[in-house]
Amino acid sequence: MVLDYNEKVDLEEILKDLEKYSPKRKGWTWRNKKDSITIGDFEYKNCSDSLKQSVPLPSAKYFGGIDPQPDCSITTEIASGRFEDDIRRMRMAAWHGADHIMVIRTAGQSHFDGLIEGTPQGVGGIPITRKQVRAQRKALDLIEEEVGRDINYHSYVSGVAGPEIAVMFAEEGVNGAHQDPQYNVLYRNINMVRSFVDAAESKKIMAWADMAQIDGAHNANATAREAWKVMPELMVQHAINSMFSVLSGLKKENICLSTVPPTAPPAPCLKIDLPYAVALRDLFGEYRMRAQMNTKYMESSTREATVTHVLNMLVSRLTSADIQSTITPDEGRNVPWHMYNIEACDTAKQALVGMDGILEMVELKKDGYMKEKTRELKEKAVLFMEEIIECGGYFEAVEKGFFVDSGLYPERNGDGIGRKIDGGVGANTVYERDIDYFAPVTAHFGKNNIEQYNLKNPSDAIDGCTLENPNKIIYIDELDEEDNVNERMKENKNLRKTKIAKPEVEWLGDGIVQVEIMLPAEKRAAEFAAIEFGKKMNLKEIEVIHKEVMHPSEGTRIQMKGRLDAFVDLDSLDIPKELEVLTDDEIRKAIKQSPIRIVAGTVGEDEHSVGLREIIDIKHGGIEKYGIECNYLGTSVSCEKLVDAAIELDADAILMSTIISHDKIHYRNMKLMNDLCIEKGIRDKILIIAGGTQVIPEIAVKQGVDAGFGRGTKGYHVATFLVKNLGEADNES
Amino acid sequence: MERKDDFKERRSHLENLTDEELKLRFWELSQRIVEPMIDMAGKYTSPSIERSILLRMGFSSIEAKAIVEQVIDRGLMGKGAGHVVYRLSTIEKCDIRKAGTMLANGNGWDNVIESFEEGNKSGS
Repeated sequence: MVLDYNEKVDLEEILKDLEKYSPKRKGWTWRNKKDSITIGDFEYKNCSDSLKQSVPLPSAKYFGGIDPQPDCSITTEIASGRFEDDIRRMRMAAWHGADHIMVIRTAGQSHFDGLIEGTPQGVGGIPITRKQVRAQRKALDLIEEEVGRDINYHSYVSGVAGPEIAVMFAEEGVNGAHQDPQYNVLYRNINMVRSFVDAAESKKIMAWADMAQIDGAHNANATAREAWKVMPELMVQHAINSMFSVLSGLKKENICLSTVPPTAPPAPCLKIDLPYAVALRDLFGEYRMRAQMNTKYMESSTREATVTHVLNMLVSRLTSADIQSTITPDEGRNVPWHMYNIEACDTAKQALVGMDGILEMVELKKDGYMKEKTRELKEKAVLFMEEIIECGGYFEAVEKGFFVDSGLYPERNGDGIGRKIDGGVGANTVYERDIDYFAPVTAHFGKNNIEQYNLKNPSDAIDGCTLENPNKIIYIDELDEEDNVNERMKENKNLRKTKIAKPEVEWLGDGIVQVEIMLPAEKRAAEFAAIEFGKKMNLKEIEVIHKEVMHPSEGTRIQMKGRLDAFVDLDSLDIPKELEVLTDDEIRKAIKQSPIRIVAGTVGEDEHSVGLREIIDIKHGGIEKYGIECNYLGTSVSCEKLVDAAIELDADAILMSTIISHDKIHYRNMKLMNDLCIEKGIRDKILIIAGGTQVIPEIAVKQGVDAGFGRGTKGYHVATFLVKNLGEADNES
Repeated sequence: MERKDDFKERRSHLENLTDEELKLRFWELSQRIVEPMIDMAGKYTSPSIERSILLRMGFSSIEAKAIVEQVIDRGLMGKGAGHVVYRLSTIEKCDIRKAGTMLANGNGWDNVIESFEEGNKSGS
């Protein structure tokens, strides 16, 4: 199966024969970073190979369509609750530069004692199951071929079933995972002894599968009352998980610190975030940095979130990032929507590529404020750890509420998260291994008495385990007859098998649309008025998702969502042919070879000049910039005058602007122009182009002119037409 | 615990360390904190670890759950759930899958327990 960019991914094909599917590779793939790479007219210092197929940034058309890919992996977090729709979003994200797809788990999975099977629908994420993982990995195996770059697939090895999930991930070719027992302890209230015992096993399995690991320290940022005050503690959390991981068998180069710039504007964030980033990288030079974005201060403004994230990436570029995470700018208001995943990926690509080579020009100071701050943070982290040891070790420190205290260490406010050594989910569920304890499998951590059976490798006892022999994996398809992907796909079959389209933001056919309204009213009135407007637009389940005061009484900006229960059959559309466009370079080259001269004016009793000037003037990107000689005769010009001027100047084309359309005067003028040119004997030597906001191209041509251009026409459209048609005329002669 | 910021006094013993020495201390401390937990992890097991072993031995998550629950009920976690299955396969001279499904269905336990008890006797 190969993906064709003209076709949607066939989900039925993805789900077919899954029981036989094996992932094509295992382990994390870093981007192929180049010290120097030339793309288009530019040399890049912090980029990697371009993709085979991708969607470049909108401005790329001014730069030859290039789509430089930054040197670090770019993450996008996708989990709408329906994994099958997430597959489609993964493909979109990959085309926009994501190569690290992180799947968020459904609420409550971390307390589920075992593996979930089948494909039930999730809430705020998806239930991570073997079938779901296999289907998504299969789809990504195809998508990575399509874009020409390995895509890392990622989820969570945490909760009370960590080791089982780690095994399933290792078997199914998952490339990265969050694994940090401190996350279980502090944020999921899972017993700490159980969490650390399980973590060693999980990490050993992840090491076998060459998976990248991301820790959970960033959660302290999101939880602490004032996130910048937990900076010393964050370093301690990173150290505990990193050291525990190394001793469990993970390679340092696969251990990634999940680090977040702790503040956001209006705080002077760089002043706090940058010394912290430097101190962290000083201490953890041998490890990888997963630069996460700040979510703590995220509100419903997508613009504000985007700016914060760009500042976060400035920190990444001024220090380092091996994985650049992205947070969708709508995360402050809902579970992320398709287009905001894409926006976040584009924001990362745009910002990182824009800051390419910045360290060749600027250097961070190593004295003064920077030196003082970084030293202070490191000393505080050391003091924190000294105190952990003084009080009897990690478990005791957690019991005493050392972590996520709102005081800037060594200050203490006594509001940290305290957990009991014998408390929490899964308390008293670890068992001491006997002297003859034995586990006949690969990648098992700790005591394993293989000597009693004279074995070299533990799994020799069973002729290899699933890690050596994937055929031994037992695949379960579905356990719930109603809550599964087959039932969901039956419901939306019509939308997948026909050309009927419905708006969507996360699930096929969800019908959700976003509407933006500016109302001249104060905030509360605007919010409730907007809902009324929504009803008048036939929207259902209307919800205001963003309010922004323009002025306390002059106006409020509202963004709202609602469900639109309407369909459009794409096959029934009468779509006009798209205007052909040559590139600027092609147009310039053609005009250099055979120069073009035009006469132009607004015809009739019409004083409008803006439209035509936009088409002609160099400062508006008009056709002058290509070297076309333009003779502008002004407004209210008669057709006769334009024709006479064309004869006198030996012009190649007449550009007539017709704004006033009352009583179809614009079309009558076009007919007149054609007649006059015939009468004066120049019609076969000249092109007549008519433009205006009310011009419908097909009707214009029926009046005898060569082309009509309506609303939205740009200079390059007209220039393309001139080059194409005059070029053809030349060729014919 | 509540405490005023006493960084100035608290840091006095670190003041004269170079940046390199401070970094070294940071990593020494982290190792001292983590080592007892690593040690513990090597000596203990859990239901999830044992289920993960059974998955690797070729059992489904449902079978693994059923086997580990009974391993716990019969006080055999110290032996290892995978070990229990392996031991039954040697006693019954059958393959691992068959031994595991027997145990999942509540069969063969007495033989396994007896076998481990004999092992303990001969070992002592």
